[in-house]
Amino acid sequence: MDRRRFLTSTGAVLTLSAAGSLAAPSILRAQNAPIRIGLMAPLSGVVAAGGREIVEGFNMFWEERDNTIGGRPVEVIVEDDAGNPDTSLQKARRLVEQEKVDFLFGNLLANTGLAVANYVKDNGTPYFIPVIAADDLTQRQRIRNVIRVAGYTASQMPRPLADWALKQGYKRVATVAQDYAFGHEQCAGFAQVFSQGGGEVVGQLWNPLNTADFSPYIGQLASMNVDAIFAMELGADASRFMKQYSDFGLKGNIPLLGAQNFTDQSVIRTLGEECEGIVSSAHFAEGSDNPETRKFVETYKARYNKLPSLYGFSHYSGALWVAQVIESLNGDISNREAFIDAVLASELPNSPLGSAVKFDEYGNPVYDVYIRKVEKNAEGQYWNVPIETYPQVSQFWTYDPEEYLKQPVFSRDYQGIKQ
Amino acid sequence: MFADKVLRNNSRLLIGLVTILVVFGSLPLITSNYQVSVANEILIFAVLAMSIDVLAGYAGRTSLGHGSIFGLSTYVVIYWTSVMGGSAWLGILLGIMAATMLAAVFGLLAARVSGVYFLLLTLALGMIVWGVTLRWTSVSGGENGLRGVGRPALLIDPVTFYYVTLGIVLAISILVWRFVHSPFGLTLRGIRDSESRMASLGFGTPLHVFIAFTMTGVFAGTAGAVYALFNNFVSPSTVQLSQSVEGLLMAIIGGIGTLFGAFIGSAAIILLENFVSQYTDRWQMVLGLMFIGTMIFFPEGVLGAYRRLFRGGGKRKKQFKVEE
Amino acid sequence: MGSLNFIQFLNGMTLASLLFIVASGFTLIFGLLRIVNLAHGALYLFGGYIGYSIAGMTGSFMLGILGSMAFIALLGLILDAGLLRFVRGYELRQVLLTLGVAFVLNDIALVIWGGDTFSVPVPEILRGAVQVAGSYYPKYRLFVLVLGVVVFAALWLMLNRTRLGALIRAGVDDAEMVEAMGINIRRVFLATFMLGSALAGLGGTVGGAFLTLYPTADSEILVFSLAVVIIGGRGSLVGVAVGALLVGLLNTIGQVMFPELAYFVIFGPMAIILAFRPLGLFGRAM
Repeated sequence: MDRRRFLTSTGAVLTLSAAGSLAAPSILRAQNAPIRIGLMAPLSGVVAAGGREIVEGFNMFWEERDNTIGGRPVEVIVEDDAGNPDTSLQKARRLVEQEKVDFLFGNLLANTGLAVANYVKDNGTPYFIPVIAADDLTQRQRIRNVIRVAGYTASQMPRPLADWALKQGYKRVATVAQDYAFGHEQCAGFAQVFSQGGGEVVGQLWNPLNTADFSPYIGQLASMNVDAIFAMELGADASRFMKQYSDFGLKGNIPLLGAQNFTDQSVIRTLGEECEGIVSSAHFAEGSDNPETRKFVETYKARYNKLPSLYGFSHYSGALWVAQVIESLNGDISNREAFIDAVLASELPNSPLGSAVKFDEYGNPVYDVYIRKVEKNAEGQYWNVPIETYPQVSQFWTYDPEEYLKQPVFSRDYQGIKQ
Repeated sequence: MFADKVLRNNSRLLIGLVTILVVFGSLPLITSNYQVSVANEILIFAVLAMSIDVLAGYAGRTSLGHGSIFGLSTYVVIYWTSVMGGSAWLGILLGIMAATMLAAVFGLLAARVSGVYFLLLTLALGMIVWGVTLRWTSVSGGENGLRGVGRPALLIDPVTFYYVTLGIVLAISILVWRFVHSPFGLTLRGIRDSESRMASLGFGTPLHVFIAFTMTGVFAGTAGAVYALFNNFVSPSTVQLSQSVEGLLMAIIGGIGTLFGAFIGSAAIILLENFVSQYTDRWQMVLGLMFIGTMIFFPEGVLGAYRRLFRGGGKRKKQFKVEE
Repeated sequence: MGSLNFIQFLNGMTLASLLFIVASGFTLIFGLLRIVNLAHGALYLFGGYIGYSIAGMTGSFMLGILGSMAFIALLGLILDAGLLRFVRGYELRQVLLTLGVAFVLNDIALVIWGGDTFSVPVPEILRGAVQVAGSYYPKYRLFVLVLGVVVFAALWLMLNRTRLGALIRAGVDDAEMVEAMGINIRRVFLATFMLGSALAGLGGTVGGAFLTLYPTADSEILVFSLAVVIIGGRGSLVGVAVGALLVGLLNTIGQVMFPELAYFVIFGPMAIILAFRPLGLFGRAM
């Protein structure tokens, strides 16, 4: 199957016939050259499952529009970044310099996104990153043409969870997180708010990516005498952690709080009861009964025979966001600066979240964040259901942005914990 | 006759250099900027493959650690230019020095070992380097790697940079050739062919292997330094095992012991990858099949087979020394 | 605190047990056939996926184990008789060929099972935890520990009390001599290769139930197996056991006490042994 090109002659035919059936054909016939989009995702390697969903969510959007936008046919060229920054650079170069795409989309792992961001910094190609959550890309190291449509920062989502945890009466908490920038940032988001609210972060464990055996960490966590545990793990590490946590009998004894990727659909899809009841926070919950979300989830399920994960959702919404901007420009994105300006000034009025999403002044979207719990649905599958909502959470929480930016970048050593 | 041999060696060097100069030199005139950047990449990795070939083809030691030596140089250059704000030229020098020192350390540990054990040792050492780049976040940037600050003004134009790369690569090729065809190189080949005989003749094998290993650090380090300017980014994936594996495969496909085969191997792998990924995601499978196919049908590589067929096969020594 | 230390000790031991099962297969092949089978990890992963599928379809963990062992033994047969035969006698070519096989198998697995993470389902009696030294410990990991001992005993008996075992041991010492005595050493080699592969499959199904199965598990277990066999010594059963204990315990302790040195803890000793005593702790000279 030639997955690479999704332009079909049907797209062109539809465009032409649509042009013919309207009263002012000249306007629509002006820009018939296809819009070419370069989508990069890890289709091999450890996060291959998430990468595949990026492609699925993205493509679902364009297929719903018959691969046309603003009167122009759309071509999506997909490249595998293998979860590897060097490969991502190679592919980005190919997409921009050989395939001459109009803009880039995608990537999953933060280091691949940062590599590509560094590349587009010099040539100005718009690069849209719904899932690359490295804090600094919309804080201290902002690049104008790297735009987080339908995206978020790492530390943004765990903060409401910390607040919620304090409200539940948890006083002592231990954290376990993957030992790299994304993990440090997510964990710090939680730890900072929790400690500032009077809670105590008793201990912090850091595991290398792709830890197969979590028993040494679980052993330590069990002995720390805490009210709850905050876990930040991605992909296979999340699956393993949840499983081993349950194997060791900790589930049901010590409440488990997760970062948003921890209980993502891409992880819990293949798990059993070990994921039930885990509380996490994110802007997206596939079990939400908001009608827009419901509709999106049903459509996705019908199309791909599984519930959508964060990766599928974010790229669907990202595509929707950019598509609307292109529509508003009548398909004319030849002026790059004007296109970028238009995106930065735009908002997403009708996302599958059922509410409007806007950028803050730093180019990061602001969301209503759900506190969600993993439950079994009517079909016996596990999904995340909202139990509480924190409205309009930005990347800066309740802090003043300028004050916030004065503090150091989150790292293993600096977690923003109030002593 | 000795004089004949010198003449033959020199003419082969000349043929190789001229071919590369003509083929690669003419590319910018007929292809797009993107394809020039692909050719640039081919040149850089050809030097990596060549450095592996020096040890494998001339000293009979196959290494799976040269990717990390190459990548260390890249790290040093990027670190020097972006974190320390230093000049790129000095950075390149430091990168090559660092790679050479690392190669010396590897060589020191591996000098007495051969065959499969040498392979595994260099693999383990390469993994240690990778582990360090992954965990020493304050210096290496950890998972996220380090971003470069762009090339010096002179080299910003891709075509200019390409020609500079070509020049450096040709210079290194001459250096490598001279090295393996020197009396020292002759001893190396003696070691490759029969260690026991060389030992009984009084040639210290470990010392020779050590020196050869260190020299390959210069070559791989140069490639890594140029790569730093080319890629403008470095991360643990630049030093990981797959880099060494691909470099080795390039050397094998081109022909172990041929040196210039490295260019063929590098072009083959990089172009194939470009081509294959347009139609399928199964590049890993293709790479695996190439390994299998080459080992069964083609172990002497393209240039090796050519030499055997057209240059009087009987008299040539086995190109890919695998017995110990 | 003593209880915690004991738990961590058990953690290291149970990991060591799995590593032993996998690495024993590796060392049989390395010791007798002198082949560094870099596809061993891929056989582990593939075996795990097969075990997962069979156990899922039939509802029987036992069938999953037996099925995966049989299938991977067959795969080993194809690998040895179908591919490695073309490069007999060329040690390095064999190694690199198996590397290519590893890539291919890994990609095939990605196509068949996709990139999601799977756990092999275990029977009810092995689920849950038991009280050990004041804490809870998963029953399944204790099962793995016991299984490792059983496999060790079975292999020891096979090597020391059966004719095949005697041939293998003789072959490890001097293959040519065995052949000169009129024994068809080729068949012994083949049987050994299949046995080694079956052990990888067993490891995959058993490991897949608590470490899970995912696209890069093959290279991870391969690296561990290499370390175990290098440290413990080629071709020695006791060596593999000791190597597995060391690597398993070092890995666990390393993660608890020196998390920054995670990879170094395994590769450092491996490199040192290769540089100064390539035969490992219990290996024998050729």
